[in-house]
Amino acid sequence: MALFGHALLLLVLGLLVYAAVAGSYAALRGRRRLLSSAVNAFVSAFAVTALAAGTLVLAFVRNDFSLSYVADHSSRQLPLGYTLAALWSGQEGSLLLWLLVLTGVGAAALLLNRRLVTDVLPWTAPILAGIGAYFAFIPNAVASPFATQTAPPNGLGMNASLQNPYMMIHPPLLYLGYVGLTVPFAFAMAALASRRVDERWVVASRRWMLFSWTFLGVAILLGAKWAYESIGWGGYYAWDPVENAALMPWLAATAFLHSVMVQEKKNMLRVWNVVLIALTFSLTLFGTFLTRSGVINSIHSFSQSSIGGWFLAFIAVVATGSTALILTRLPILRTSVKLESLASREAAFLYNNLLLVAFALTMLWGVAFPLLSQIVRGVPISIGPPYYNFFLRVFGLPLLLLMGIGPLLAWRRASLRSFARAVAWPLLFALFAGASLLRAGAGSSLSGLVAYTFSAFVLAAVLLEFARGTRARKELGESTWACAFTSLVSRNRRRYGGYVSHAAVVLLAIGIVGSSIYGSSGTAHLQPGQAMSVGGYSATYLGTRLTHSPSHDALRGQFALSYRGKSLGIVAAGKNHYKVEQFFANAVGIHTDWLRAEDVMLIGDQFDKDGSVFLKIAVNPLVDLIWIAGVIFLLGSVVAMWPDAREKRQLARRALEIDGRPVVA
Amino acid sequence: MVIPIILTAAVALATLLYVARPFFGESELPTAARADGPSTGRLELVEERDRALVALKELEFDHRTGKVSEADYRELIGPLRRRAVETLRALDLVEPSLRAAARRREGRSRARVRS
Repeated sequence: MALFGHALLLLVLGLLVYAAVAGSYAALRGRRRLLSSAVNAFVSAFAVTALAAGTLVLAFVRNDFSLSYVADHSSRQLPLGYTLAALWSGQEGSLLLWLLVLTGVGAAALLLNRRLVTDVLPWTAPILAGIGAYFAFIPNAVASPFATQTAPPNGLGMNASLQNPYMMIHPPLLYLGYVGLTVPFAFAMAALASRRVDERWVVASRRWMLFSWTFLGVAILLGAKWAYESIGWGGYYAWDPVENAALMPWLAATAFLHSVMVQEKKNMLRVWNVVLIALTFSLTLFGTFLTRSGVINSIHSFSQSSIGGWFLAFIAVVATGSTALILTRLPILRTSVKLESLASREAAFLYNNLLLVAFALTMLWGVAFPLLSQIVRGVPISIGPPYYNFFLRVFGLPLLLLMGIGPLLAWRRASLRSFARAVAWPLLFALFAGASLLRAGAGSSLSGLVAYTFSAFVLAAVLLEFARGTRARKELGESTWACAFTSLVSRNRRRYGGYVSHAAVVLLAIGIVGSSIYGSSGTAHLQPGQAMSVGGYSATYLGTRLTHSPSHDALRGQFALSYRGKSLGIVAAGKNHYKVEQFFANAVGIHTDWLRAEDVMLIGDQFDKDGSVFLKIAVNPLVDLIWIAGVIFLLGSVVAMWPDAREKRQLARRALEIDGRPVVA
Repeated sequence: MVIPIILTAAVALATLLYVARPFFGESELPTAARADGPSTGRLELVEERDRALVALKELEFDHRTGKVSEADYRELIGPLRRRAVETLRALDLVEPSLRAAARRREGRSRARVRS
């Protein structure tokens, strides 16, 4: 099995090197058959990588501990679900998953877009293959998942924090998002290399960016939910460098998804957009370096390894190469189109871009500064949540406001009178909401009150946009209001899908503010029969219960929970002891009130032999809006991603006009 | 030991055949047009025309939804219409020279395929 795995990985590397070299030659010399062969090599690389990953999964299922990776990350007691997910539980296997996703999305991009980006494809294939060859080189030469050893009787088991259902879904989705960002980068660089900077590569890049951005966003939220439910500290995002590493490219991708609209509508920001794509991709590589080099201590990071140097070298190559390519292509990227007014939709997009990128770069500084300090001064400096929370307020609040103002502004320019009329209703609603909240006692936090007022403004603006648009469609002859609404959304899925995503971000903001600013918590040492109260909730400790399973023992404290005297039932909270791993992990108890979107979280910090428990209770108001926001975000993204027949027709017509050949968009 | 070797050889052979397939049949991928080829200028004009038409539609819709006042609408619609008309005229002008260029391009690409 190990020999087969090694051989497959070597074959993948060979195929990708061939695709990169032959593809580059084909692109330079215009050799069609050679290009087809390079594309086929890339597609084959995906198939062979899938075979290699399947081989490793089979080794896990068969408990083949002669493979070091299998022995280090699983055991005979590990449940099957986690055994399958063990593929990505360590450095070597997750790099294999990375390669699998990269070759998978790359092959899909090459095959699905071969007619749309005909002129750009010759360079897309070798660029994707070049990046793939690097990621195939690592498991071949630096961190092989097929390294062997004398098989021990049992494996070391899986890290207990990873033994959670979210482990099975969070990493693959994260990789789809993270690695998927390679595709827009490849299209952009290929467009520059081939000097074909028309709109087709933009359409292809935008689609793949939207795809990756959606998966990355959902994965970040799933990761937050995982942390919230399993780690047992009462929060969901800790500004951990590795968490930030996923958020930074997501912010840069968000900026691109807005600014690309300006390029498509007004032929502006062409240089800025390729810079954003290159920045997004470089940030994913930097994030990968952080996770895998062992330079930072994080719950997410893999063990110390020699992989960091390879990643730094690759980041340097990508950053230098893309910068050089952008600089040499500046003459064909620049346009003479200028911003007509500072009060217009495109100007709002520009402000939003500046804020998003500034926030991403501020986070990058926060992540990089401790590393630089360690290297230059030899003094480790930690940059914690206060730094990030400060900049979240500085950049986040204006961004929130812009989400409401932007859609209300017209393209090109808006006069003061038109603007005042457009924002009047949302503004009145926001002021009313702000005043009501102030009266209800939300003024204890100024930033919280401002965030809620801005959120009300955005929600009103989004609803107003739907209402005005539907009315306009009805006036244009749609028979019913439902038809008018459907026609409105289907005619501009990106815009209205985007508005749904805006609504999701508002819910997210309300949830974050509510849970982080207006939450309450308390700790007490309880004997059976004693109770503690926090935020109107009361938990009475009834005693403990111990259960056993092959992989772990579960100790659960039983707590009778009530809210203002009304019984809410029994909530169990305690600890799991993982037998093979010899590790204790928290198992928090959560009661959710969906009507108020509020959680009360019980954390059994310490169980003593005399039967007493140190119990922590955290009341997180509105926290469930964060998870609801995730569902709405996904819905908005699906609406925006849904294939647009009008765009397809337009591209097909354009291709017929130019080349006399149809295009499959 | 033998089975992995046979399996590896089978996979390698299958991928080799797939990678070599384009050399033995018709390629599905068209060659790229030259970046400075005649279609580039026309493509820019076609894209400009489409942008102008979309901008007109957007303005119309923004006017209907109340984002653009009557006065602003009247002020903006004229330049947009002129832009669309100018682009259409420019497209008409490049048409004849492009037809000749397209014929030359087609001839070159046929010669390349034959070689």
